[in-house]
Amino acid sequence: MKYIDEYRDGRLAKDIARQIAALADPGRSYHFMEFCGGHTHAISRYGLEDLLPANVRMIHGPGCPVCVLPIGRIDAAIALAMRPEITLCTYGDLMRVPGSNGSSLLKAKAAGADIRMVYSTLDALRIAEAELEREVVFFAIGFETTTPPTALALKAAIAKGLGNFSIFCNHVLTPAAIQNILESPDVRKLGTIKIDGFVGPAHVSTVIGTEPYEFFAGEFQKPVVVAGFEPLDVIQAILMLVRQVNDGRHEVENQYIRAVTALGNEKAQAEVANFFELRESFEWRGLGEVPYGALRLRPQYVAYDAEKRFSMVTPAAKDNPACACGAILRGVRRPTDCKLFGTVCTPDTPMGSCMVSSEGACAAHWTYGRFRERARQVDVGRAVA
Amino acid sequence: MNMMIKAYRRKLDVANGRVDLSHGAGGRAMGQLIEGIFHKAFDNDWLRAGNDQSAFSVPGGRMVMTTDAYVVSPLFFPGGNIGTLAVHGTINDIAMAGAVPLYLSASFIIEEGFPFADLERIAQSMGAASREAGVPIITGDTKVVERCKADGVFISTAGVGMVPDGLDLRSDAARPGDAVIISGSIGDHGVAVMSKHENLEFDTDIASDSAALHGLVADMIAAGGAHIRLMRDPTRGGIAATLNEIASQSRVGFRIDEDKIPLKPEVAAACEFLGLDPLNVANEGKLVAVVAPEGANAVLATMRAHPLGSEAALVGHVVADDNCFVQMTTSFGGGRIVDWLSGEQLPRIC
Repeated sequence: MKYIDEYRDGRLAKDIARQIAALADPGRSYHFMEFCGGHTHAISRYGLEDLLPANVRMIHGPGCPVCVLPIGRIDAAIALAMRPEITLCTYGDLMRVPGSNGSSLLKAKAAGADIRMVYSTLDALRIAEAELEREVVFFAIGFETTTPPTALALKAAIAKGLGNFSIFCNHVLTPAAIQNILESPDVRKLGTIKIDGFVGPAHVSTVIGTEPYEFFAGEFQKPVVVAGFEPLDVIQAILMLVRQVNDGRHEVENQYIRAVTALGNEKAQAEVANFFELRESFEWRGLGEVPYGALRLRPQYVAYDAEKRFSMVTPAAKDNPACACGAILRGVRRPTDCKLFGTVCTPDTPMGSCMVSSEGACAAHWTYGRFRERARQVDVGRAVA
Repeated sequence: MNMMIKAYRRKLDVANGRVDLSHGAGGRAMGQLIEGIFHKAFDNDWLRAGNDQSAFSVPGGRMVMTTDAYVVSPLFFPGGNIGTLAVHGTINDIAMAGAVPLYLSASFIIEEGFPFADLERIAQSMGAASREAGVPIITGDTKVVERCKADGVFISTAGVGMVPDGLDLRSDAARPGDAVIISGSIGDHGVAVMSKHENLEFDTDIASDSAALHGLVADMIAAGGAHIRLMRDPTRGGIAATLNEIASQSRVGFRIDEDKIPLKPEVAAACEFLGLDPLNVANEGKLVAVVAPEGANAVLATMRAHPLGSEAALVGHVVADDNCFVQMTTSFGGGRIVDWLSGEQLPRIC
């Protein structure tokens, strides 16, 4: 497969792994956070941890839009979908996200709500055009990557004069969340783990560029390498981070030069800026309130804002108090440190944000990596014996 | 020390719960539904064995009976339609017991307004498939329901067959050291159907692998019957679900090698584009065989000599494992678990 196989070359990966092992100072440890669930997925699916030396550890961050959507927003979407005049259009991976009391959009659909799985914003627009008697709401979610398509859907709806189309906006922003991981009240409460650098998501940077991370890297003195999602991309980014740490540098580097530039896609940014503005604060499941961590529709588009149009209420809803997602997302604890992991909390019965989508840290460990836990236990057993 | 982490299984809330789409997706939710409602109500030794068919003794030998329901959207796809699936799927369920399929039945639930032309096309292709396989459809039933109460047409087929003397394939028979053989490339059927799915259409030359496998099975049994521990056709849930099923029924683990699993580049590309794992994608004309090590080469060679097994590959081995993990060495050189699918496999947002 052209442009895929080249990035999954096992021999090249082993070469890079050897370089990492040679460069990694045995007298110290390296902790890198991959912010994005896409990277977490790649690391787990390709067993990348097995290629890294023991003193280079990857911490799985909060970067999955499905995982970080708070329960209250799911409850609000379910309540809206249960209204008889509403057709709620949503991406498939939101369907199973648990709301309060074991509810989900999948269960609401089974109970009679008109919920349609769509693959793009245009599918939702098509439904609105075809069913003018229905109120069609698009459940918009995602990072900077999926925001431009939502903006374009809104632009098209306005141009077509579609009065029955609106957006429930849950778009969130990457740089604000990365900053929150290092600097928030929870950090004092949970404690911190040393993070020596970040792997930044390439798809986000195809839109925003690498420039928004410059302030962050300078202010917190943490290197950032923007990387693609193929396993070779990720391991190369790790090598670049090890080099920066060894050199005492904290720069923003671009591993994904095949698509990412410093300034990104300025046309897409302009479309987003036309229709959206920053929310002062937005709750991220597992992280709590993140200042300027999300977008909402600008006031002039209130007619297309489902929250205003249908007077939606976001009920206060808390995660299970035993859930350790907040600490896991920050790398303070591992998935297996959580009392709920693998007992009441599995991908079939997710309790916290890290288990909700396949890209969450706990779901990735459960689905792909839990055999390592047993190997660790065996090692500990041998050491004790 | 028992190091197994026992997964919590939420009890089916029969009083208040409702069937949702995950209960038909071939994953744990479906298993929970079957155990919690059907097995509970029909409880007997045959069902408890957890096979796709049940063998029982009749005068003159051992017989196999199986039944299956077919719902697929779209009804027509490259390489087949709901009718050919219904014939091939039921024949294959019988064949996986090593049995010779003899007769089929077919029930139709048809939605008011369904075009005769489509129904005739389906019926004609079912007739052709059953004649080609040498397994006639000898009884059937037809019901029509009001518009919007079915999705075009649903087909339910049952089949019976006879097990050759001395053969007894059981789902709990896999032993450490056994070889795992797949008869050909995986994921073709699932990708062919998805390529024609509403809202998801994409251009691909991939056709469904839908096929009746009893001829291939007969050759395999002739070549290495005594060494074949069990066979399973990896339909919904793909080979991931099949290997996990066998692992938990035989109380063993698997260690497979990603590089050895036959996968067409077009299928790999489509899965990549949709964010799906081909190990979870459905097949309709493939089988997984677990074979004692001493018979593996003979069985593999026989499979490769048959048109439906020409791409057969030995992809790994059974290992002792209390946790019943299916582990895979990735093409990248790392290790990972191959797990059941949780709910339906859905394309990711980003």
